[in-house]
Amino acid sequence: MTSAFVEIKNAAKSFGKLQVLKDINLTVDRGQIVAIIGPSGSGKSTLLRAINELDPLTSGEVWLEGVQINRKLPHRQYEKHVNQVRQDIGMVFQHFNLFPHLTVRGNITLAPRMLKGLSEAEANKLAEEQLTKVGLLEKIDEYPSRLSGGQKQRVAIARALAMKPKVMLFDEATSALDPELVEEVNMVMKQLAEEHMTMIIVTHEMDFAASVCDRVLFMDQGVVVEEGPPSVIFKTPKEERTRNFLRKHLARNGG
Amino acid sequence: MGLDFSVVPSYFGVLLQGMGWTIAITIGAGLLSFFGGIIFAVAALYGHWVIRLPMRGFAWLFMGTPLLLQLFLIYFGLIQIGIDLPAFVAGVIGLGLHFAVYNSELIQASILAVDKGQYEGARTLGLSRGQTLRRIIIPQAVRAVIPPMGNNMIALLKDSALVSVIGVMELTLAAQQAISRTYRPFEFYLAAAFCYYIINLALEAGLRRLERRIAASR
Amino acid sequence: MDFELILRVYPFFLEAAWVTIELSVLTTILGLICGALGAAARMSRSAILRAIGATYVSIFRGTPALIQLFIFYFGGPQIGIQLDAFEAGVIGLGVNIGAYMAETMRGAIQSVDKGQTEAARTLGMSRWETMRKVVLPQAMRMMIRPLGVNINALIKGTALVAAISVIELTYTAQRYIGSTYKPFEMFLLSGALYMIIIYVVGQGINWLDRKARIT
Repeated sequence: MTSAFVEIKNAAKSFGKLQVLKDINLTVDRGQIVAIIGPSGSGKSTLLRAINELDPLTSGEVWLEGVQINRKLPHRQYEKHVNQVRQDIGMVFQHFNLFPHLTVRGNITLAPRMLKGLSEAEANKLAEEQLTKVGLLEKIDEYPSRLSGGQKQRVAIARALAMKPKVMLFDEATSALDPELVEEVNMVMKQLAEEHMTMIIVTHEMDFAASVCDRVLFMDQGVVVEEGPPSVIFKTPKEERTRNFLRKHLARNGG
Repeated sequence: MGLDFSVVPSYFGVLLQGMGWTIAITIGAGLLSFFGGIIFAVAALYGHWVIRLPMRGFAWLFMGTPLLLQLFLIYFGLIQIGIDLPAFVAGVIGLGLHFAVYNSELIQASILAVDKGQYEGARTLGLSRGQTLRRIIIPQAVRAVIPPMGNNMIALLKDSALVSVIGVMELTLAAQQAISRTYRPFEFYLAAAFCYYIINLALEAGLRRLERRIAASR
Repeated sequence: MDFELILRVYPFFLEAAWVTIELSVLTTILGLICGALGAAARMSRSAILRAIGATYVSIFRGTPALIQLFIFYFGGPQIGIQLDAFEAGVIGLGVNIGAYMAETMRGAIQSVDKGQTEAARTLGMSRWETMRKVVLPQAMRMMIRPLGVNINALIKGTALVAAISVIELTYTAQRYIGSTYKPFEMFLLSGALYMIIIYVVGQGINWLDRKARIT
């Protein structure tokens, strides 16, 4: 069964005169994994950040499971609404954005305790579960400053998962990592894929996108140039711009 | 006249009591300056202009004039508007407000310097603006300025001697009392200085420990 | 707000402001001298001088300025030093702020890149020549602003001499608060004068700092 789970309709965004997103449409089904690729400045991160209203669209609509995320509401109601829907959307950032003043446990339990009213015991159990999943249970009482980049990102994923999100957004989750630390994060993401988590992944890693994703979007200059299954996009892209991008990317990263 | 320290030990109790009050004032005013500093900083950054503008003026006035003058204003000013506070309370309020203004300046700059990603990370989890400020931004901003706020705390300890002028019975006034009976100012002021020095060392050691303890959580 | 009262008493405050200015100028001069000596001692090659410098800085920064002032003024006669209140004020405040200035100067000197010293010594300059010709000129520029902060604190610190009855701004304010029962007016009047002095001095420091940056 397929159903439109995340839906973006006619999304457009501009900063002053600069149009960074132009009439983008995207439908993601439940359990689907979509990768967004493209050169820097193509608008792919902006699109991702529009989904949870970090960078609201200028026009267009974002829907999650039949609820419009970017509803126009009076300020107070809007804030409440956004805080509510964001709990259903997990996001993982390039620079982790772990809270340095809280331990790993504190990072993971903060939002569930504050927003979902979990008791300390419940929240601790949740943190242990999620950390076991990302293989970092032994780090539960460490501060983020004591973790490697890969470990930080795995904790950030655990933190997002602890809110039991309906969809996970990954914004270049491995771009800031040393090459040898990328794999451990990719493993966690693959595991999520096997559990049929709905995911939208902005990435520079074509191999990873090819092996994990159901669908790949190639964006350039604020538009979706081409989209399709990874076998098509990576092997037989129709558009010249896609071919160019992939060729350049391959040359730079040595395959 | 010469020096004769043999009279000092018989006033040991008086000095010790004064020391106790000095420590109490420092802790009281220190807490006020800490929490006041946070409240002032948040009001100055996020408050309505009706709050922001007078705050700015208040900070400007308190940073541009001597503490002693401010103590006179608070002590006599409160009496004039019919609030007759014990000198101790007036002293704690005066010292606390004075250093709250300085702490507020530190915290304001520190809040603005917190990485934007922290804000995004918290909002993405569904935390509201207020929750993000309270649980994420302020704790980090405050941790970052613990060393300079510690210096303010040390300055506060030494400036607590000024409240003797409005009649707060603390170490300096205790020494003066001993002097009024013995006519031995050099000996007793030196003894008081020694007591301050000891508290100062203890405070510095405590602050260094605190800094080490929070080092991991920054 | 009793403007009539302010108009009536302000000449006395102006006179008192002059005393505050005199105190500030003399204290600054003494502070700079003590600071330079203290900094030199702390960076000296002689362990004894270093210990003396460190003790000076530690004691005068570690105890209240008010107590130091009292020791000079009230305690002085006991060891044969008779000072009037103004003199005791200048010496007490100057020696106190000198300890802070010593740390400011030492910080600035030590922040000059070590490579500068090494380069000068490699050229055959002596330790003293290196300090005078290479390190100090660079450190001077860096210390103007932080010394300005010390001087700003010093100007406000001159209020302490009110406690030994030097008739300066704060003492005058205190006296008029006592006789008029108008603390707000007296605070604003004297506060305004302090802020004018601090503003003018601040502008002077800025000017010096800009000049030092150009050359």
